[in-house]
Parts: sequence; C-alpha cells; structure tokens
Amino acid sequence: MANNFLRRVDLIFDQDCNFKDVLKSTYQRSNDDIINELLESGLKGRGGAGFPTALKWKFTSEQADVEKYIVCNADEGEPGTFKDREILFKVPLKVFGGMAICAKVINAKEGFLYLRGEYRFLLPELEKQLAQFQSILDELKIDFHIKIIMGSGAYICGEESALFESMEGGRGEPRNKPPYPTVSGFRKKPTVINNVETLVYSFMIFRYGAHKFKELGTADSRGSKVFSVSGDTPKPGIYELELGMTVEQFVEEFGDGDTKAVQVGGASGFCVPRKRFKDTIIGFEGVPTGGSMMLFNSSRSMYNVLHNYLEFFEEESCGQCTPCRVGCQQLKLGIEAVKRGERHATYLEQLQKLAQTMKITAKCGLGQSVANSFFSIVENFKEEMIY
Amino acid sequence: MAKKINLIIDGIPVTVDEGTTILQAAKQLNIHIPTLCYHDDLCVAGNCRVCVVEMKGARTLPASCAMPVAEGMEIMTNTIKVRTARKHIIDLLLSEHNAQCTTCYKNGNCELQNLAAEYKISEPMFIDLVPFKNYQIDAYSPSIIKDDSKCIRCQRCVRTCEELQHVSALGVAYKGDKMKISTFFENPMFEVVCTNCGQCVNRCPTGALVERNYVEEVWDAIYDKGKHVVVQTAPAVRVALGEDLGMEPGEIVTGKMVTALRRLGFDSVLDTDFSADLTIMEEGFELLGRLKKALVDKDPSVHLPMTTSCSPGWIKFIEHTYPEYLDNVSTCKSPQQMFGALAKTYYAQKKNLDPANIISVSVMPCTAKKFEANRPEMRSSGYKDVDYVLTTRELAVMIKQAGIDFGELPETHYDSIMGESTGAAVIFGATGGVMEAALRTAYEVVTGREVPFDGLNITPVRGMEGVREASIKIEKTKPEWKFLDGAVLKTVVAHGLTNAKKVMDAVRAGKGDWHFIEIMACPGGCLGGGGQPIPTNAEIRQKRADAIYREDAGMKIRKSHENPEIVAIYKEFLHEPNGHKSHELLHTHYRERERY
Amino acid sequence: MTETKELVKRLADKHGRSRESLIPILQGVVQEERFISSETMTEIARELDISAATVYGTATFYSFLDTQPRGKYVIRVCKTISCSMKGKHLIMQELEDLLKIKVGETTPNKKFSLLETNCLGWCHKGPAMLVNDEAYTELTPEKVREIINEYMNK
Repeated sequence: MANNFLRRVDLIFDQDCNFKDVLKSTYQRSNDDIINELLESGLKGRGGAGFPTALKWKFTSEQADVEKYIVCNADEGEPGTFKDREILFKVPLKVFGGMAICAKVINAKEGFLYLRGEYRFLLPELEKQLAQFQSILDELKIDFHIKIIMGSGAYICGEESALFESMEGGRGEPRNKPPYPTVSGFRKKPTVINNVETLVYSFMIFRYGAHKFKELGTADSRGSKVFSVSGDTPKPGIYELELGMTVEQFVEEFGDGDTKAVQVGGASGFCVPRKRFKDTIIGFEGVPTGGSMMLFNSSRSMYNVLHNYLEFFEEESCGQCTPCRVGCQQLKLGIEAVKRGERHATYLEQLQKLAQTMKITAKCGLGQSVANSFFSIVENFKEEMIY
Repeated sequence: MAKKINLIIDGIPVTVDEGTTILQAAKQLNIHIPTLCYHDDLCVAGNCRVCVVEMKGARTLPASCAMPVAEGMEIMTNTIKVRTARKHIIDLLLSEHNAQCTTCYKNGNCELQNLAAEYKISEPMFIDLVPFKNYQIDAYSPSIIKDDSKCIRCQRCVRTCEELQHVSALGVAYKGDKMKISTFFENPMFEVVCTNCGQCVNRCPTGALVERNYVEEVWDAIYDKGKHVVVQTAPAVRVALGEDLGMEPGEIVTGKMVTALRRLGFDSVLDTDFSADLTIMEEGFELLGRLKKALVDKDPSVHLPMTTSCSPGWIKFIEHTYPEYLDNVSTCKSPQQMFGALAKTYYAQKKNLDPANIISVSVMPCTAKKFEANRPEMRSSGYKDVDYVLTTRELAVMIKQAGIDFGELPETHYDSIMGESTGAAVIFGATGGVMEAALRTAYEVVTGREVPFDGLNITPVRGMEGVREASIKIEKTKPEWKFLDGAVLKTVVAHGLTNAKKVMDAVRAGKGDWHFIEIMACPGGCLGGGGQPIPTNAEIRQKRADAIYREDAGMKIRKSHENPEIVAIYKEFLHEPNGHKSHELLHTHYRERERY
Repeated sequence: MTETKELVKRLADKHGRSRESLIPILQGVVQEERFISSETMTEIARELDISAATVYGTATFYSFLDTQPRGKYVIRVCKTISCSMKGKHLIMQELEDLLKIKVGETTPNKKFSLLETNCLGWCHKGPAMLVNDEAYTELTPEKVREIINEYMNK
C-alpha cells in the first residue's frame, strides 16, 4: 500500500494456519489462562458495540447453569457491511474454532451460527466445512457441536436478543435488558454471542498470542479489523487494516479524489464530512464501526443518502417500541416535507430533538442508533436537506 | 426473605425487595409514573416507552416498568429530559392514532386521551400518519369491534389473549411501520378462534377494541309502546356497576340498579339469578343422573367428568380446542339463555303476553354473552330467546344518558315472576360459585342434610387460585341414592382459559379423576368478565368477590332448591328437572369448530 | 392426505415439532413453494400445536417468508444506498421491461416475481440482486437480460 499511515494486516485470511494444532494446544490450557490471554489482547467485539470479548466469556463462564450456549452472530445486515460473508466464505473453520474455544471456557456443549437469509448460498459449503470441523473435534475428543440456523430477512435479528427470539422460533423482537445474554440468552440460558469477526480474531489470538494482536492499533482500539469499503471509491472491497487511522488517511487511500463525506458504520453509524476527516479517528475513541465504510463524492445528494437510510429503518424496525416505530416514519416524512417546502426549515430542529428522544428512549440499539446518521447528516449538510 | 435494595427516587430514599421494578418502587413512594403498555395482570412488555425515567450514570432513559432496581440507584422521574421524551412519545402515538376523540366510543375513558390531557398536548407536533395507513375496522363480530386506527400497538390485548386465555386469536403481525395487531391472515374476529371473552376489551387502553354496543337498539325497544321489554341482570353486574357510576369497587348496588332499570323504562325488571337457581336444579340433577348411569347402570356411554356450561367463552373455547369433550359439557344452557327461553314461554303465558311482542334484554358482565344470544341454538321459544345483551358498561352509559343520579337512588326489589333468587345464585358471579351452589343442592338432595360446611360456606372452592380441587364425602344417603353412599365426589374449579387448558389437558392425559368441573372463561369468574367496568386488576376483582360473598351471606334463602319461584315453576310448568319440557327449552348441544 | 398436509408433516418430521422448529419449517415451505399459503399455515399451526395467528405473526415478520403467492423465481433487487448509487434504477427498469410486470408483481405464467429488498451485503459489487438464493452482482442491463433469458429457458 502506498499510504504510509495505513497498515494492511493479514491476520485472519492467512491460509496456512494449522487449525487442529491451535485448537489442541488451546484446549490444553486452563480456562483462566485463556480468558487472561484474551483480556491481555484487548479484543473488543467487532460487531460495532465494542464490549471486551474476554469479559463476555468470563461472565458467562461464572454462571452456574448447566446449559450454556455460544452463538455466532452472522446476521450481517448493516448497509455497507459484507465482511462476515467474506470471512465465512474464506475461513469458516477459524470461526468454528473460535466458537469451540469459547465453548471450552464457558462449558457449552452446543453452539449455533445464525446466518442471514441473504447468505443462504453459503450454506452448502459451510455445511461441508462444518462436517470437517466436527470430525476434527471427534479426533480431539472434544464434545461440542455446532448447528447452523438460517435467518429469513430481518435486519433487526442482528440485535442479540432479537436474534435469540428468532432462534427460538418467534418474531425477532428485542428483549428488555437487563438481563443480558451472559445471564439469560438463547433459551433464557447464559449465552455468549459474538460476531463472526470477533470469533475469528479470538481464534487467531490463540494462534499468534495476544502480543501480536495487541501491538497493533491504539490504546482504545487494539488490533486490526476487517473493513467493508464501498460507495464512490475506485477500490471497493474487503480490507483488513490496523485500527487507529483517521478518516483522512482512509480517504487518501480509498477516495476518488472528490470525497465529500464518509459514512462510518453503515446506516446506524456516523457521517463524517470533509472538514472533519483530519481529526476523526476510526475506532472506539472516535467513530466506532462494525466495518462499513461508505464514501460519497460531491455528485451525491446527502438528502438522498439520509432518505434511503430512513426508509431502511422504517421497514426494518421491529415495530414494537413507539420511539423507533413511529419515530422512523416521522423522520422520513419530515425531511420529505421540508424538502418539498411543506414545512419550514426549522422543522429540522424539531426532528433533531425527536431523534435525540429516539436515541435515549428506544428499547434496543437499532432504535437508539437511527439518530446517529440523522444528526450527523442533517447537522453537516443542512443546505442539502432544504434546497 | 428477599434481599433488600436501597435506592433513591426523586431524592427520596426507599428500600425495596430485590427484583422490584423502578415503577413499583416509585409507587411505594406515591410517585405516579405514566404507563400505557404496562398492565398489572400481564407480563412486562416495555414497548410503549411512556414510563421512561432518568437514571444517574446512564446514557439512556430506562423504561421504569422493565428496569429492576439496583443498590445505590438514583432515579429522577420528573426532569426536562424525561418530560421532553414523554411528550415526544405521546405525540408520536397521537400521530399514528385516529384522534377523533369526540366520536369515539371510548371518549372519556381512554388512557391515551388522559395522557394527552395530562401533558397538555395541543398542536400536533408531528405529521399525521393516519392518511398514509390503510387502517381497517372489523365490525363483523356480535361481541367485539376491532378498529386498527385507534390502536397504539401496546400489545396488551395480545398478551391477554395469550397469557390469560391461551387462545392467541390476536397476535402481532408484520414489522416496522407496517407492524399491527392482527388475527390469523387478518380474518374477521368472528371467523377465528376468538372466544369473545372480551378480556382484551377490558385491557385495551384506547378504543381499538370495544364491545359491540346495543344501547340504541335497547332505547328503541323501550320507546316502542307496542313492546313489552323485560330485562334480566346477571349476578356479577350488581357488584361492579357502581364502579362506572362513581363508586368504589366492591359496593353492592342491587337495589339501586333495579330502581334505575325501572326508571329507564323497562316493563319488567327480572333477575338472571332466578335462572341461575334453575341451572343448579337442572345441572345438579344432570350430574346425579350421569353418576347413576356410570355407577349403577354401568353405562359405558356416559360422559364424566361433567363440566359446567354457563360461560359462553368457555363453550367456544372447548368447541375449538377440545371438541372431543363436548359430550362432557353439561347440556344445560347458561342462565341467560334459560331465562330467555322462559321469558317468551312461561313468563308470556303467566303474564298473558304475545311472545312476539316481548323484547328480552339482558345485562351481563360479559361480551361473549352477545355472541351466545346470537347462536342458532338459542331460539327454542320460537323466537330469538334473548334479543339484546348489554354489558355492565353499557348499562352505566344508559343510566348516565337518562340523567339518573345513581348514588342517590332508593333501593327496590325485582319484579315477579322470575325475580326471586337465592344466595346460591348470587355466587355464580365468582369463580367456584357454580360449584358451591351445585354442591349445596346436590348434597342435600342425596342425603337430606345440609352440606357439612360451616354456614354453608364451601370455602375450599372459593378464592383466586387458578385451579382449585375439592372433594366431598357423601355419607348416609337417602335410600334412592344409596349407590352414592360412601362415595367421594371430586371436583375442580378453574378460571381463565389458560387454567381451563391445564384442567382439560389433565383430563385428556387421564390424570384428573374428577366428577365435576367448573370452568369460567374469565379471571375471577364473571365478576372479572369482559363486559365489566374498566380498569380491572387482582385487587378490584377481589373486592367484587368479597361483595358477592357478602351478598350471599345476607340472603334469606341460600340454596337454589328452596327458591319459591323455582318450586313453583317445576310445579306449574317444567314438572321435573331434566324432564321433557326442560329438555325442550333449557338444554342444548354444542358443535365442533375449527381449531386453526 | 393432501399435498399441503404431506409437505408440512415431512418438514415437521425433519425439523421437529417444538416452537423452535417453526421458522425452519416456514423456510422449508418457501424453498419448495415460494410462499406460505393460509392453508399451509393452518397446517403448521396444527402440527406444532400453536395458534394460527402466531404462525402468521412470525411469518409476516420476515421479508423472505412470503405470504403472497410468488412465482417460481423470486427476484429481489437490492435498494439500499450503494446499489442505488450504482444504478439500481436502471436494473429495475430493465427487469420491469423484460418481465412486463411492476415491483411487487408476479408474471401471469407464475414464473417470476419481482421484489425490492434491503441490503444484500454486496455493496462493493452493486447493483446486486437475488434470484431465489442465487446472488448476482455488478449488474448491467445487458447482464440482466442474459440472466433472465437463462431463467426463462429453464
């Protein structure tokens, strides 16, 4: 890569990993040892929320229940995100391996991989890889089984408690929290639920050791991460990059020379305008992301971008809580009304207040995060909203 | 003992049990937090978000109904953040809601309207969404009207139908902006497994689910000089009507109600309690007959256990859910329908009236009774036996419309004939009441002695436990009932259809060796019926139950077979329980319906 | 036994009869019949001993569990932002012209249904669409013509 600041990393897609050896050696270690190594690495959840993975495992391992589960969240639905598909396509064994290690730590006998319906075409190959995985476990005399569960087209099922509801055969409606999954998850039993990418990184940490991961990134955002790059870029695709870069550095590498904004973290993420590129770090200290990086050049209407996002949320909200169900409809109709001149531009301020209410009162992360793109786009591209 | 948790709400320290929610803790401090989706009888949903509060250290405002307390928690229920959020949420709900309050049946009795008034919502803050929605009204059912344009999607009805009734005729369908409360494939309520129990109506905070009301039809009948309008009032109405007319739960208003009905212009004010006593005679002898067939005749075709048949919600439930047990249901019609059949036969004869000119109205704590009155089985007088069924709530509406100051009314007695009743009939209004009344009579018929319970109060069948078993040993019988000597009569009582399901599943699994089963579709029995004043909760139902047992204890006659009008009707008209005439007018059979 | 009864029974034998089996069974029906009819849902409710309204409520929650009759090939064109930026409208227009139906409709010969869908996860290769489970990316009107032609001849 030409850019000096951007470091491409090749941790997880590396093909000559001896899967069996890693699993075997890790299974010989004590659970405390495993948790400590993971804690040492500083790995945080790669789905976007960024909870320390080691703590999730630790809390679940401390629960007295006999039945516990490890669930891999492969319901990748955030607009602009497609890295989990690539990971499952290229290195599925490592994902299963991460689950197996977690299973040892929390003492789970069953694991589940919830695959979004849009990726059903991956299923035949995944099943083949899974059979191979199970035969390795048999060889190692490890009592752990993974089942793949298919989604059916519902973005909200990426929310962990909605995903459990869906796995249990119901509507994917988020639950009240607390209790959290580490206490009450799938079948109301203690459950670790990790994103695909988190599990691969967990596995790789036990291959390379925490130090190799930890030396990458920044204090708040350790390691590397897989980015999904799309939009106005000459180089759309999947890139594993060290964390800690600024948006400016990112744009230098991936922009088309005319980038006016980058949407970091998909529809539920933040829009960074050109004037903020320099001082915005991509990571938990700046703008967090599940990996979606969408670039927009000056030919794009940010009104259209926001409208598209709101339409998405209006449809994909589960609909149970008032702020999200009605709020999304109001935000969409609201910007339409302002654009058409049926409402005064000051109505945007009213809508921003509404978005603020959604952010603090919606039942789940989806409803709370609608405000992110709304604020950051309306705030930075007000003229485009009005004229 | 539960662990104690200390927290601070609005600056006031409070100590509560672990597991308490913020909402409950605030209530202990008499701090009122508004709610919509929350209901005492139901599991917590946490979806309307009206009850949000501020929690120190938290980025978001948690819903107080769903958030358990924690040690050292600091809660603020009235901050600018909370107020703004609540106003937004109310405004959002209003934007999705057909807010034509003045023409709404629930005007003045709507939780959303109250909340909008409380928060002084004036100009609509947001865009009216109603024109964008394809809202439907389902007005095909004779019992319940469902108007989606009034729905705020709190899902109280869905939880009621599932948790309390195990029917799930209503569910949540679609998602996002299209999410709605729906029956199977959006079919009319009339065509699905709905039992018409009306428990959803009792819990709907708005006008989305209401009873089909017959107030205008009844006024028209009253004003029609050519019609003789009789009215009957169910046992549970007299202990609840006051609630809709400014009184506290648990007041007995029998005498005032009779006076009010007369002032409304009914030609004759009669009592369903009379036909409740009659039901005991018919059902009691039916049970004894079945026992005789089983024990003496060893007839393999006899169906035991026998279940009660008074509750039309239960009847429709068993038709859908346990049709193979329809022969176990007592063939007795409900007291309402027995009364109806007699009003246009026995009563007409005695009063020398043309039954074609009689309009028979009933006042019921029940929405399913409206459906029952419309059943094709219910025309044995040659006419529609009961023409109009009003709920307790509709009667309150009529009393208000007539300008009657209910609290000040003098107390008067029911007219005769078919106005006399006993304590045994009154307790039909509470769960366990039919069982108790039946035992009071059956035991005495068989042994010649009163039931061996202090003051005739068969306490084991009373109470609010969902399923209650009781057995009674029969000793020293009269000669003709010798086959029952030494037998232990086993009974079980259930209320709420979820509990009914437990009992029926036990029967189906061969685990229940009962002889007689009482089932009421509604929690608490008829006193908690779908036509009773709103709101409802365990405390209110208990107060109504206490009133019912007070009324029973105060009655001169407390056993159905001693009701002089019952003695008379057998002598003059029916001749004997389960006799030919009875079968013609007072008994029926029900039919299997599709389960799904 | 009717065909529906047989299908539902076969799926229930395969996936089980607990509540957790509901979605796999519904998915199985869609795999075979492209949509779930009211009759099929009734049968599923009976087989799993749950209320029909619950089955309906679950099915309608998921975009891929169609409750409307659909053609043999269900085309879902991604309408989310990156595909939209890369010319999704041209693709849609081409499909509408080729199939002579509008979005949401099914061809009279019951061969194709044309739908829009949210993000398919091919944002770097937009515009994208699914034909049943198969993903097609970097679409151009010409490419769409080829693909549809192939399906027309299947």
